[in-house]
Amino acid sequence: MSRSRKAFGAAVAAATLAAVASAFAQGGDRPRFGFGVPATPQDIATWDIDMRPDGHGVKKGRGTVQQGQAVYDAKCAVCHGTFGESNSYLVIAGGVEPEDLKTGRAAGLKSGEVRTVGTKLNYATTLWDYIYRAMPWTAPQSLTIDENYAVTAYVLHLNEIVPADFELNDQTILTVQMPNRNGFTTHHGMGSVKGKPDVQGTLCMKDCAGPVKVTSTLPEYARNAHGNLAEQKRDMGPFRGIDTRLYEPGGARVAVADTEGKAPAQGGIDAQELITRNACVVCHAVNARIVGPSFAEISARYTSRYAVRAEAETLLVNKIKAGGSGVWGAVPMPPQSNVKDEEMKTIVKWIFTLTQ
Amino acid sequence: MSQQQRPAPGRVIPAPENHVTPEQYAQARTGRRGFMQQAALATGGMLAAAVGAPALGQTAKAAAAAEPPHLPSWTRSLGPGVAVTGYGLPSKFESAVQRRQSPGLTRTPQSSVSFTPLQNLFGIITPSGVHFERHHSGVAEINPHDHRLMIHGLVQRPLILSMDDILRFPSVSRMHFIECGANSGMEWGNVAVPTVQYTHGMLACSEFTGVLLSTLLEEVGYDKARGKYILAEGADGSALTRTIPVEFALDDVMVVYGQNGEMLRPENGYPLRLLVPGVQGVSSVKWLRRLEVGDKPWNTREESLHYVDLLPDGTHRQYSGVQEVKSVITTPSGGQKLTTKGFYEISGLAWSGRGKIRRVDVSTDGGRNWRTAVLQDPVMTKCLTRFRIDWNWDGSPAYLQSRAVDDTGHVQPAISALRAVRGTRSIYHNNAIKTWAVQPNGEVWNVQVA
Repeated sequence: MSRSRKAFGAAVAAATLAAVASAFAQGGDRPRFGFGVPATPQDIATWDIDMRPDGHGVKKGRGTVQQGQAVYDAKCAVCHGTFGESNSYLVIAGGVEPEDLKTGRAAGLKSGEVRTVGTKLNYATTLWDYIYRAMPWTAPQSLTIDENYAVTAYVLHLNEIVPADFELNDQTILTVQMPNRNGFTTHHGMGSVKGKPDVQGTLCMKDCAGPVKVTSTLPEYARNAHGNLAEQKRDMGPFRGIDTRLYEPGGARVAVADTEGKAPAQGGIDAQELITRNACVVCHAVNARIVGPSFAEISARYTSRYAVRAEAETLLVNKIKAGGSGVWGAVPMPPQSNVKDEEMKTIVKWIFTLTQ
Repeated sequence: MSQQQRPAPGRVIPAPENHVTPEQYAQARTGRRGFMQQAALATGGMLAAAVGAPALGQTAKAAAAAEPPHLPSWTRSLGPGVAVTGYGLPSKFESAVQRRQSPGLTRTPQSSVSFTPLQNLFGIITPSGVHFERHHSGVAEINPHDHRLMIHGLVQRPLILSMDDILRFPSVSRMHFIECGANSGMEWGNVAVPTVQYTHGMLACSEFTGVLLSTLLEEVGYDKARGKYILAEGADGSALTRTIPVEFALDDVMVVYGQNGEMLRPENGYPLRLLVPGVQGVSSVKWLRRLEVGDKPWNTREESLHYVDLLPDGTHRQYSGVQEVKSVITTPSGGQKLTTKGFYEISGLAWSGRGKIRRVDVSTDGGRNWRTAVLQDPVMTKCLTRFRIDWNWDGSPAYLQSRAVDDTGHVQPAISALRAVRGTRSIYHNNAIKTWAVQPNGEVWNVQVA
């Protein structure tokens, strides 16, 4: 508040000065407009969080693999899996071969199948930089610098890039040899407007190719997978959307049931929308285990143990709010204090419908 | 109004409220009129007809109720007044025109993408409300009075600018496309999605207003000898960063606050974003809060783990920003149905990150024979261009393709030519010719051909 007022006042003052000065100064030596306020070294230090491979922006600090494991298990495993194996996002660990560390080329990338942070990344500083600015996903920029070194060290260790007793700090981070450090090229035409394209089409106009051979089509079972296409095209003019419900197994009969079988809205808000909006689905699916138990499993447990539905609802709401670990596995569920009470009740009521 | 009632010249004429009954006035104010229900029923009927079997006979029958001597209710009643909706919305009969996600593509909506409904749009401007979205940590909801842009690094005068400051700088308005580097990425290996919304919908085009980045760089006195790259950083939870070469920055990069005549939408970076014309969308950092001038590229996560193009030998192309020449037919296209034989206008979009579209050719036989389409004015650099061509469909199978050429002479390649060089796992920068197959029953489906 005080900052913005000060800034505005200073801008007005500076602008007045600049208007006088601009008659004499041109180009980059002096400001032409004089808007804004100077960024002090302190201002820059708080916002300038980037770290570059050459050491530019490196922050003083340290952390060991062992310390990093504690941070990781508490704050990262919930999404990325205990060993960095979860494929909900780019897989954190796996696929690095001992030979890769020598060559600087991750062999698994040739098949294209082994794309992980370990096999793709070329510099450890980039891992540090990204974790520091954007992780944990629901609370970015909450790790201390030392915690950030520690958890970066642990992720490197999960990829067998550094040993278990390694300490990552502002010196060692610049010397870590990544498995894919030689795996990148800038020799291509897409880095500049004036670049030379690597693939050029032909301008043939007549009898250009043989008979058309269709090499790939959308399977019939996948044609309704993006919803009914009839509802995605304006129903006016020469082109209408295809009623893809007819491509579902069972055709039109299924189409009718589809509109009736949707999860009921509770209090005007759809529970399924809430579990998506509040990112519950990152870890929980309706019928399958991801990181956490399925909603159906949770429902079965609570409805079988507590005969009174209201009691079960209250207990589950409190459990979600407080978080916990050890009930379904070692990976902890963080407290969900950001979800509103009313929304929480809607979600819990919907979960219990899965057992009925 | 009789001659006697007419006021003398110069007198105020009574407002029209004087001519309606209090009941009519009340109805008009609330907008609750019987015809609304009738109209909804009628449209429901038309939708059912269109969905079931949009044969010409049935649509004609459904429309018969609108023919003379019928006088619709909206002709025989008073409508709502001005400013009933302070910010107007599309007609409720346009509800098909929505951004949509591709099911199963991402785990959560906060780190995800929604696609522009290209199949429903005309011309080249994307309405701001259906501009595709790509967020990495959800939408940052920013009070513009609390937003700052810091410019520092290899500069003489590090600076913090408020929105008040930025709006004072000399401005420019330009029309440019934004295309995600991963647009059409699902098509590298095979056909995977049904419509042009999902194959090409990470694409939009707007009139942007803002300050040229070169103006701001001059203002802070950037180091012209050593300053070769600029780091742009967002203010959202992902604090997304991308390296911008000075070559681009001094050319046409803008710091943008305006989009299609109003401020940016929150989903598109309100109140401030970078715009790097012709370069993959991730470089046009949204919710822009920091620009740092440096002597080397940053190798950020979005330049090493993502937005790098995997080649068959396991090498990744890095800093591959330019969106090369590309086009796609939007009508007719996948998931649509032709209602009858006869005349159709084939229409689509063409663009290039290297300049203007020079020419677009269209084939209806899978690339054996081509005709040159008409380009709609204006044709602008690094901007969508609308093309059109007449076509008479005789009911036989057809394979529709478009092929664009830009003013550097770059010709849009076939998917087979792209794969021969880049393989099928690149994810990014698929600018291949797109094929839509028209079946004898009028249905159009996404296919790939050799």
